[in-house]
Amino acid sequence: MSFKHKDILSIAALSPEDVALILEAAEPFKEVSGREIKKVPALRGKTVVNLFFEPSTRTRTSFELAAKRLSADVINVSPSSSSVVKGETLLDTIRNVESMQTDVLVLRHSSAGAATTLARHVRSSVINAGDGWHEHPTQALLDLFTIQEKKGGIRGLQVAIVGDVAHSRVARSNIRALTKMGAHVRVAGPPTMIPPFLERLGVRVFHHLDEALSGVDVIITLRLQLERQGRSFFPSIREYSRLYGLTAERLQRAAKDALVMHPGPVNRGIEISHDVADSRSAVILDQVSNGVAVRMGLMYLLSQLH
Amino acid sequence: MDGQEMARALTRMAHEILEGNKGCQDVALVGIRTGGVFLAQRLQRLIQHVEQTEIGLGELDITLYRDDLAIRKHQPILKKTDIPFHVSGLKIVLVDDVLFTGRTIRAAMDGLMDLGRPMEIQLAVLVDRGHRQLPIRPHYVGKNIPTAQDEIIHVFFEEAGEEDRVAKLSSRRRAS
Amino acid sequence: MTLLITHGHVIDPGRWNGEADVLIHDGRIKAVEPKLHAKLEQSASLTTIDATGLIVCPGFVDLHVHFREPGFEYKETIATGSAAAVAGGFTTVCCMPNTRPVNDSRSVTEFILAQAALTKKARVLPIGAITKGSKGEELAEIGELYEAGCVAISDDGMPVMNSLVMRRAMEYASAFTLPVIDHCEDSHLSQDGSMNEGLVSTELGLPGIPNAAEDVMVARNLALAEFTGARLHLPHVSTAGSVRMVREAKARGVAVTAEACPHHFSLTDEAVRSYDANAKMNPPLRTDADVLAVKDGLRDHTIDVVATDHAPHAVQEKQWPFDSAPFGIIGLETALPLTLNLVEEGILTLEQAVAKLTSAPARAFNLPYGTLAPGTAADLVLLNPNASWIVDPAQSYSLSRNTPFAGWTMKGRVEKTLVGGAVVYETLPRQPR
Repeated sequence: MSFKHKDILSIAALSPEDVALILEAAEPFKEVSGREIKKVPALRGKTVVNLFFEPSTRTRTSFELAAKRLSADVINVSPSSSSVVKGETLLDTIRNVESMQTDVLVLRHSSAGAATTLARHVRSSVINAGDGWHEHPTQALLDLFTIQEKKGGIRGLQVAIVGDVAHSRVARSNIRALTKMGAHVRVAGPPTMIPPFLERLGVRVFHHLDEALSGVDVIITLRLQLERQGRSFFPSIREYSRLYGLTAERLQRAAKDALVMHPGPVNRGIEISHDVADSRSAVILDQVSNGVAVRMGLMYLLSQLH
Repeated sequence: MDGQEMARALTRMAHEILEGNKGCQDVALVGIRTGGVFLAQRLQRLIQHVEQTEIGLGELDITLYRDDLAIRKHQPILKKTDIPFHVSGLKIVLVDDVLFTGRTIRAAMDGLMDLGRPMEIQLAVLVDRGHRQLPIRPHYVGKNIPTAQDEIIHVFFEEAGEEDRVAKLSSRRRAS
Repeated sequence: MTLLITHGHVIDPGRWNGEADVLIHDGRIKAVEPKLHAKLEQSASLTTIDATGLIVCPGFVDLHVHFREPGFEYKETIATGSAAAVAGGFTTVCCMPNTRPVNDSRSVTEFILAQAALTKKARVLPIGAITKGSKGEELAEIGELYEAGCVAISDDGMPVMNSLVMRRAMEYASAFTLPVIDHCEDSHLSQDGSMNEGLVSTELGLPGIPNAAEDVMVARNLALAEFTGARLHLPHVSTAGSVRMVREAKARGVAVTAEACPHHFSLTDEAVRSYDANAKMNPPLRTDADVLAVKDGLRDHTIDVVATDHAPHAVQEKQWPFDSAPFGIIGLETALPLTLNLVEEGILTLEQAVAKLTSAPARAFNLPYGTLAPGTAADLVLLNPNASWIVDPAQSYSLSRNTPFAGWTMKGRVEKTLVGGAVVYETLPRQPR
């Protein structure tokens, strides 16, 4: 089976077979990252551009390392060094970059749909590294990779996604990816942070964390954006962490050996208590290292001739 | 080449490897996926049987090192490289089923070099069919089979659920 | 000069529906009668237009357009907007005051009227601002706006959030029997929303505008209109809740009229799925249930009027990412066929559809147009209800191209438009325009 997509824009656009293929393709690259010489020549002569219109050191670094370990040439473009501020449209910016014969454009943008819109107008492969609240497909793929690695599979697992689902691209991508691969997904959060009709995406919605955690195999906690307090999504950090923070005591309700995941950066003591973040259950650092392997696998799959 | 001939050739090659290296001290076998791995496993058994000592065995996927990667329409599926020892300082015997243009061996050597600095790399192939495009010469050869450029040599393995044999297919269409 | 339009099927809502000839003299309707051509003598001063196979009706009246002049002439000018209007069959358009500067003074109103007089296409009637600068704080000089020629007042696009200010505006405007139009949107509830809040916004991760953002303000405005007795006009009704409340208010005798836009009864928020900013407007495209309610409202005349909310934006503005692109689409040239679809669907009769575009809007704003009554201005449209054409934004007379209907096959085409008895638009048969 071969990979037929030019771009990775969303999990929604991938079939279960595509997801399985990407996870399989990532596997060998884990070994490469474990070597003394962490480099293979697979993408020699290819140019990867990281276009980050929203700051994100972690994701950008992960993509950059992935591309470099594949021997691609990588350049980083961020808004401060681009001409977006001068009123150039996003499309103009991208077309300018692409005129330098790029092969892969990794795009992070604060607007939902930015990657989708751009991909229609460019020849290069576009990888969505996060668009507004819409999707963050590579995050979901690396989460699935990590779950598969730790649990031996995804089908049939009970997974809880906890926190501000409404404003989370990580949640949207994970809901799509996990349900596609046969996991049972629950989401938990205050009603102000659960978007309308979410159940129609095949998840169960909970407003009380204890109920949501009962017997789950995996807990994905979302980062709380603290500035949302000012807009009345939750009354206070204190109350949020009291009702929706993952503590060692609450973790007891989950299945034995449940995994605790987080897309980072963690607000310690808010979404996750210190002891849980440092416990054996937390696989947050595995997510980060698997991220490089998954992104290498993706870029490898996309590197066929256009 | 039938199964018996394959077995005899491999036995001879095992002895030649031991002879050429004066035993199997600091020698390790690395099979190139997929056929080379089966052959390396058989050579390992033969050598261990003669010497009554362990000899390292690794598996190498050369996909990422192919020189046609950038011009292929679809990417080949990757397999894992699995070499459970440090290659630095060892005499590595690369094992492959068919030696043709030499490009696979070039890729395998690059792959090995990225894992460390072997003291020596030797090459063992079951079949040498000629038509080299690179300056590469095998140390151990099971059989030289003269071929035309467009012929296909296919090696079948018991490990893959088939009867051991080497077949020459004259058309470009590969046997399924 | 005398003009005779012969052999057409005349629809003059409430007055005539059948074959007739229309006699025009000195830019005014003289008579609408069958077989006038047989009674009149041929003379050099009589021009005849053969309307065989066509519908002849009053020119359309659009209560809701944005012509962007002064201030945003790169999007549209009064000249280009008027050209698009007559190409769509509209002979009278009411333009919203959200220009730069805002039309909150006699000088801007007079400028608009002067520019319109130069173009000699559609009649352009200004709508004045409710508050100074449309800031929602102090009343604009509504009396002077009325004297200068404004036909209604509105802070369109900038809802009047302060209920006391709205109360005062309604009270004050009633002295001039000026309709008060309020873009019904609670801007706290809509906040940064860029599309309808629902399943699609959840899936797309776009910030939503809930139906409640409109419903809350419709409820407030109806309460204030009932209380003050003012003439309230509700533009671009998009929700089932609004339709229900307007229906109830009308039953109680509240002096309210309501309009629906063709896109709100032709599309749902599913059109946003491709993140095409040409499907972004405010109020946003809603769901099937809302579309059905709007159609029901049109059917039972809860919704009196079809208006376009023609809102041109430059190509590059609509290329911005969906959430930062401006709201609005052009609509003058697609309104007729989309309204005729309601006839095809059995929601309106042909005469009712014509009425929603002519007599009903004219009545809502007390305008002497939208009729073929003798003595009125000879503003007419000749249209072929069966002609098909494909929407090509590049061919639009508007300066802008922002339509979600690109590539749609439309049924119903304007063949000729007359303003004051003069032909201001005609389709060239079988030629790209």
